[in-house]
Amino acid sequence: MNQTTIAPVTYEVTVPISAQQAFTLFTEGFNTWWIGHHIGEADLAEAVIEAKAGGRWYERDVDGSECDWGKVLAYEPPTRLVLTWQLNGEFKYDPDLEHASEVEVLFTEENGQTRVNFEHRHIERLGATAGELARQVVMPGGWPGILEKFAGAAKAAA
Amino acid sequence: METNGLSGGSGGSAPLVGSVALGALGDPTRRAIFECLAWEPMAVGQLAELFPVSRPAVSQHLKVLKDAGLVTDAAVGTKRVYRVNSGGLQSIHAYLDQMWGQALAGFQRAAEQMSREQEKS
Repeated sequence: MNQTTIAPVTYEVTVPISAQQAFTLFTEGFNTWWIGHHIGEADLAEAVIEAKAGGRWYERDVDGSECDWGKVLAYEPPTRLVLTWQLNGEFKYDPDLEHASEVEVLFTEENGQTRVNFEHRHIERLGATAGELARQVVMPGGWPGILEKFAGAAKAAA
Repeated sequence: METNGLSGGSGGSAPLVGSVALGALGDPTRRAIFECLAWEPMAVGQLAELFPVSRPAVSQHLKVLKDAGLVTDAAVGTKRVYRVNSGGLQSIHAYLDQMWGQALAGFQRAAEQMSREQEKS
């Protein structure tokens, strides 16, 4: 496997709520803010982080099918959440934990606000290639689908 | 009143949301060009024929994608052919960076909404 390291994806967000509320919103409320990226064929119905170490992180689609994204490694309200992200370059769940990347979210309350530090690391463990990922990132229908949408948008704007 | 922004993203000192790659993929035309190249390497002229933007605009988009490490180019005969950077991993990073940037912005909006609703009650 290619052992080149990929830099982690890091973000810091400050939110005007307590750490407990932020942690609960992030986990139990995950489906209320998740932007809708998903891997199943059907539309996304619900994305879920189970509230316990060893829990599942998964999506349930409108047709009832479920796809795992990863597991909960640490569930420590209100300060720390650690998940695995196990979707490889083909956006398929890889059950092998040696191929798992990690997502760590830290919640630090300061003066009634909460600083949320996010890190997605060990991405190289997913072992994907750009070509495969890039192909899978395209919208349904692939390149012809993109052009169709483009033509539609261009016509609408004209 | 202080506005709390989203800061971070990987790939350097850019204080804007996400990294250079996130910015590169944020423009819908540029993203479509990137996804097109994922299916098939192409020259600038070919891309200009496919997209409803001018050839100089396509060239500019390609420059941004190249500077972000998302595409590379090579001379093939008299043409410059662009392709997704098969170093591999850069594209994954860029994709996840963009995805999380959008997701966390959504989280922040939801938290701000929660805060506003609390103030009312």
